[in-house]
Amino acid sequence: MADNTQTSGDKPVQLLSPDGALTTDDVGAEYVHYVDQLNDDQLRRFHRDMVVVRRFDVEAANLQKQGQMGLWVPSMGQEAAQVGSAHAAKTQDHLFPAYREHAVGMIRGLDLLHIVELLRGNTHGGWNPAETGNFHLYTLVIGSHTLHATGYAMGIQFDGKAGTGNPDTDEAVMVYFGDGATSQGDVSEAFVFAASYQTPQVFFLQNNGWAISVPVSVQSRTPLYLRSAGFGIPSVQIDGNDVLASYAVAAKHLDDARSGKGPSVIEALTYRIGAHTSSDDPTKYRTNAELQSWIARDPISRYEAYLRHRGEGDAFFADVATEAEDVAADIRRRTLALEGPSTDKLFDHVYSEQHPVMDAQKQWLAQYESSFGGLA
Amino acid sequence: MSEQDTSPAWAETLPEAGDGRASRSAATDIVELPLAKALNAGLRKALAGDPKVLLMGEDIGPLGGVFRVTEGLQAEFGRRVMDTPLAESGIVGTAIGLAMRGYRPVCEIQFDGFIFPGFDQITTQLAKMTNRHEGQVQMPVVIRVPYGGHIGAVEHHQESPEAYFAHTPGLRLVSPSTPHDAYWMIQEAIASNDPVMFFEPKSRYWHKGPVDLNFNQSSLHASKVVRTGTEVTVVGHGAMVNVLLQAAEIAQGEGTSIEVIDLRSLSPIDYEPLLASVQKTGRLVIASEAPGFASLPSEIAATVTERLFYSLEAPVLRVTGFDAPFPPAKLETIYLPDADRVLEAVDRALAY
Ligand SMILES: Cc1ncc(C[n+]2csc(CCOP(=O)(O)OP(=O)(O)O)c2C)c(N)n1
Ligand SMILES: [Mg+2]
Repeated sequence: MADNTQTSGDKPVQLLSPDGALTTDDVGAEYVHYVDQLNDDQLRRFHRDMVVVRRFDVEAANLQKQGQMGLWVPSMGQEAAQVGSAHAAKTQDHLFPAYREHAVGMIRGLDLLHIVELLRGNTHGGWNPAETGNFHLYTLVIGSHTLHATGYAMGIQFDGKAGTGNPDTDEAVMVYFGDGATSQGDVSEAFVFAASYQTPQVFFLQNNGWAISVPVSVQSRTPLYLRSAGFGIPSVQIDGNDVLASYAVAAKHLDDARSGKGPSVIEALTYRIGAHTSSDDPTKYRTNAELQSWIARDPISRYEAYLRHRGEGDAFFADVATEAEDVAADIRRRTLALEGPSTDKLFDHVYSEQHPVMDAQKQWLAQYESSFGGLA
Repeated sequence: MSEQDTSPAWAETLPEAGDGRASRSAATDIVELPLAKALNAGLRKALAGDPKVLLMGEDIGPLGGVFRVTEGLQAEFGRRVMDTPLAESGIVGTAIGLAMRGYRPVCEIQFDGFIFPGFDQITTQLAKMTNRHEGQVQMPVVIRVPYGGHIGAVEHHQESPEAYFAHTPGLRLVSPSTPHDAYWMIQEAIASNDPVMFFEPKSRYWHKGPVDLNFNQSSLHASKVVRTGTEVTVVGHGAMVNVLLQAAEIAQGEGTSIEVIDLRSLSPIDYEPLLASVQKTGRLVIASEAPGFASLPSEIAATVTERLFYSLEAPVLRVTGFDAPFPPAKLETIYLPDADRVLEAVDRALAY
C-alpha cells in the first residue's frame, strides 16, 4: 500500500476540509490571506479549469483507445495540485513540467492539442515556451528537467531579475516532478545547485503515491518534503487535493522566490486515480480499497462543495460542464483532422545551423522514396 | 584465478557450447515461447540454480516489468527480485557493490533511452573494475536493456545505444534474436564473470519460436549463419535479423541468393563465420537500427575490408538509422531500415 500520507507529525497545509468548508487551523494561517484576496471569478476559474482538464483527460484516453494516440498519460486526481499551483504563477514566471501537467499547460495558454500531437507520435513536443506562457516542454527522462529549471533560475539571478522588490517584474521558476523522481541523482543535484546559488525557484513535488508500480515507501522512509532540509532548502507539505491550499502555498513560495528569498520545496500529497499510462495495468500492484479511499477524496467534488457553500448555483456548474464538453469536442475534432508529420521533420532542426550530413541524408531519402515511383 | 574457479556451480549444468550436438540428450524438450517468456524462463533457471543471482530494476516486482519479462519471479524468489528506487546510477552502482560482495546482479533498465543516468557507473566503474584490480575482483553483472524501435513509442523508448557501450573496453555485449537464444544467452550472460550488456529486441518480445530446453546450440559470443546463400552476405543483430530474413526471402523470389548472419555478440565480434561467408559471396551489407555514424556497422565494415580486401567484389555497405535523433513514432517506419532498404543496398552491392 502506498503510504503517501506520511507526515512528520505536522499537519499538511489544508485550507479546505474534505467536506468543502474553509479550515482555520494554525498551519494554514500564514497562507489564508492569499485566498481572501481571490475574487469570485478567480474562484470560479479554479473549478472550471479542474473540470475542463478532467474532461480533456477522459476524451484523450478515449482517443487513445480508438487508435488516435500511441499513449495517454492521465492526470486524473491531480487537478487540484496542478490548477492551484499554476494559478499562483505570474505571467513572467517559468514553469517546467514533467509529463503529466496538462492542467498547468492549459492554464499557461498551451493549446492542449500539442499534448495530443506529442502522444500521437507526431512530435517530441515542439511547442515554443515563449508562446505558451513560459510553459516548457515535457521531459520524459525522469528528473533531468529539475536541473534545467534550476539553471534557468540561475540565469534569472544573474540577470538581476529577482529580488528587486518589484513584484510585477521579478521572475521565478517552478518545476514539477514526482515522488519517483526524487530518487534520481539529478534531483538531488538540482537541490544542491538551487541552494548554492539561492535560485528564485519553487520545487513542486506531486507525491501521487506511486512511480508506476513502485510505492513511495521504496523511494523514501521519511516524508519527502523533509529531504530538502538537508540541502538547506525550506519546505512544506500540503494537502494536494485542496486547490486553495495548492494555490495559496505556491503563491507564497513564488512570492518569496521572486523577492529574493531563494528556493523552496512544496510536497503536494495527492493520488494518481488512473493508470500510470494507457499501457499500464494498476490492478497488478495496488488495491481497490486504496483507490477507492482516494476517489472519496476527489479534489473536484470537494471544491464544488465549497463553491456551493458560498452560494454558487446549478447554473454555474451546468455552464462549466457545457464548456468542458465543448473543449473535449474541439479536441476530438482537431485530433481527427491531424495529418502525419512530414519526413523533413527527421532532419530539420537536428542542428540550428545547416549541416552537411543532414542535407545529404535528406536528399538521399527523397531520392530513395521517389525510386518507388507511383508519386506522379 | 581462472574463470572456471569462480563460475557458479550451476553454470556447469549449461550444456557445452558449440559442440553441444554431441551431448544432446535423447529426450528433446522443445517448447514454443515468445521471446519475453523465454527470457523469463532463463532468468527463473538462473535464480533457481544459484542463490547469489539477484534481479534488480524499476517495476520488476509485482508488475513483472513493463514488458513482463520478470513476471512471477518476485512471487517465487522473494527479495532476490528487487523493485529498486527510481535511479539508474543507483541500480548499476549498487550492483557493482553487490558483485564485490559475491552476488551476481542482473539489472533491468526499463528502456534503452533511460540507461544514461547509469552511463557513468557502467563505463567508468563496471567496465574497468576488473582491470583496476588487476583481475583480482570480478564483475559478474548483467545489464538487461530492452532496445530498439518498431513499437510506436514516445521519445527515449525506441533507441539503440549499443555503440556507446561497444566503444567501452571491459564490457561484453550480446543480443539474442530468437526465443531459443534468449533463453540460453541470458543464462550464459549471468554465468559470465565479466559484465555483460544484454540488449533485448523489444519489438520481438511477443514473437514465438521454438526453445530447446535441453540443448544450447551456440556459445554466448558466437555469430551464426541463419540462412545460407551465395551472392550477398547480410549481417545484423536482434530485431534486425528478422528484417534480413524477410529481405532474403523477397530476394530469393527475384532470383538473388542472400546469406544471413545473426551477429548475436556485439563485443567481442565473432568474425570467422562472417569472413568465411564474405569470402564466398564477395559482398557484404551490414544493417542496424542505430545511426550509422561511428557505429557497429562502421566497425565491422572496416574490419572486413582490412581482412578481405581482395575477396570483395563491392564495397561493404551499411544500412542504418539516419544520423538524426530517433523521430516521433509516426516517422519510425521511415527511420528504421526495413527489407526494402536492405534490398536497395543489396542491389547496389550487386551492381559493382
Ligand atoms: C531515467 C528514467 N528512468 C525510468 C523511466 C521510466 N518511467 C517513466 S515514469 C516512471 C515513474 C515516475 O514516477 P513519478 O516520478 O512518481 O511520477 P508519476 O509518473 O507518478 O507522475 C518511470 C520509472 C524514465 N522515464 N526515465
Ligand atoms: Mg508518482
